[in-house]
Amino acid sequence: MLGADELVINMGPQHPSTHGVLRVKLKLDGERVIGSECIIGYLHRGVEKIAENRTYQQFAPYVDRMDYVAAVSSGLGYCEAVEKLLLVEAPPRARVIRTILTELQRIASHLLWLGTHALDIGALTPLFYCFREREEILKIFEKYCGARLTTHAFRFGGLQYEAYDTFEKDVERFCKDFESRIVEYETLLTQNRIWIGRTKGVGILTAADAIAFGVTGPVLRASGVKWDIRKAAPYAAYDQYKFEIPVGTTGDTYDRYLVRMEEMRQSRLICLQAIENIPAGPILGKVGKVLKPPPGEVYHAIEAPKGEIGYYIVSDGTVQPYRVHIRPPSFINLQAFDRMVRGHLVADVVAIIGTIDIVLGEVDR
Amino acid sequence: MSAPPAKPAGASAPAAPPKPAAPAPPKPPVVLQTPLDNELVKRIRAKFGAALLEALEDRKQAILVVDRARLVDISLFLRDDEKFDMLADLTAVDWPKREKRFDVVLNLYSFPKNERLRLKVHAADAEEVPSVVSVWPTANWQEREVFDMFGIIFSGHPDLKRILLPDGWQGYPLRKDYDILQQDTAWVRENLGIESGQ
Repeated sequence: MLGADELVINMGPQHPSTHGVLRVKLKLDGERVIGSECIIGYLHRGVEKIAENRTYQQFAPYVDRMDYVAAVSSGLGYCEAVEKLLLVEAPPRARVIRTILTELQRIASHLLWLGTHALDIGALTPLFYCFREREEILKIFEKYCGARLTTHAFRFGGLQYEAYDTFEKDVERFCKDFESRIVEYETLLTQNRIWIGRTKGVGILTAADAIAFGVTGPVLRASGVKWDIRKAAPYAAYDQYKFEIPVGTTGDTYDRYLVRMEEMRQSRLICLQAIENIPAGPILGKVGKVLKPPPGEVYHAIEAPKGEIGYYIVSDGTVQPYRVHIRPPSFINLQAFDRMVRGHLVADVVAIIGTIDIVLGEVDR
Repeated sequence: MSAPPAKPAGASAPAAPPKPAAPAPPKPPVVLQTPLDNELVKRIRAKFGAALLEALEDRKQAILVVDRARLVDISLFLRDDEKFDMLADLTAVDWPKREKRFDVVLNLYSFPKNERLRLKVHAADAEEVPSVVSVWPTANWQEREVFDMFGIIFSGHPDLKRILLPDGWQGYPLRKDYDILQQDTAWVRENLGIESGQ
């Protein structure tokens, strides 16, 4: 039962800073949060059920609609999982182009996170800067495959589209510009006293808690765990490039901010290395038109911008998957929200939701 | 489930010349699951004996099928002694023709070893599966999702209720006998005020 000073308030599902339709029930003691419960499922579309009723190829566009701000990453995970199931591999050229697009997507996803996160906390300007750069990335996607958000850029066994003529030049120009742009964001925020006041010490998640809650991605790294699937189990072409895994020390909102900023720099470096030498050759391996993976199962995970996105696919030897389960990083990371929010002020709830970087399309699927 | 998909391959065979060649070769090496007998399996067998029902490998991924009743013990052993400190994913698969229709599947990851391991238990329709929330807190929402979608009860779960679907929803959508167009029409009518079933 509620004590005399306790108050339960509802935040969402239509609150602008919940980044979609997340409803949080907050138990308050004055201004302080003493408990919380996330109520989710408003965007549930039964993606896994749909998968069982579609062929492998037909289901591919659906994964783009889970994390719709990082569709390329979701698509890459699904493609590689099915490729593992089929026992085929994409040719080197396809793998490198996949890597470039996925890293651009990581930057785009982090930019969207940075803009909206800063907006939530009260800094209006970064949003416009971030969207300016994100637009350049979306233009590259559009030129590449015709779509900006739900790209469906990859095919099993490689790529459907060859890189367009000025692809390398566009990526290079973006990367060259982007170096100084990150400095602009940092000028606005990193030493900003209000920013530091709103983020330092807020929403601390220890490494032990992060692992116990299965948290992955930048949130885990900000807690000091140096783990990134791109290094731990390299996929696509990541084993060919040099990059660092940034880690934090305290696991607070400020650390997560710094980790993501550094990740954008590293992604930029990966893109620059990759465009230097895109191998020639075919972009699509030998994959039949009718896909019937041999019976069996596979779990394949990649490092999406928000954390580990895993696909567990069971094949019964027919053209339709018997079962597809998606391990969405947003869903799992959101579970740590309660641990992060306890003891903080109501105003910090907004900062903490922002710092986990969730997309409700992926939480609810 | 398996009946309609057979059509496309048969239809494509006479039409295009390269296609019959493509589906034909994958058929002989269909045995992708091989028994697994590494050090880890030996240690688990030594400690839990018959509770380890099966150890196999599929596409180089290790799969252990264990006794449902010993799931928590084995999980604790894997977490503490074998350092599988993260439960990456927990889900289920429905095989309605089998005597024990459900597989509950746990995908574990070990940070120190950089290794993955899949743990499975079988459960019949009304059988409860021990909850592993006490071992890996992340299982909380994942078990709720499995309960929501399959109706599997996890005994010892702190707060087992639906997570993605509305609380009053009837039926478990990811069971194979739940049709894709099927809905809880009564719920939809009552709560949304519309007639579903298009």
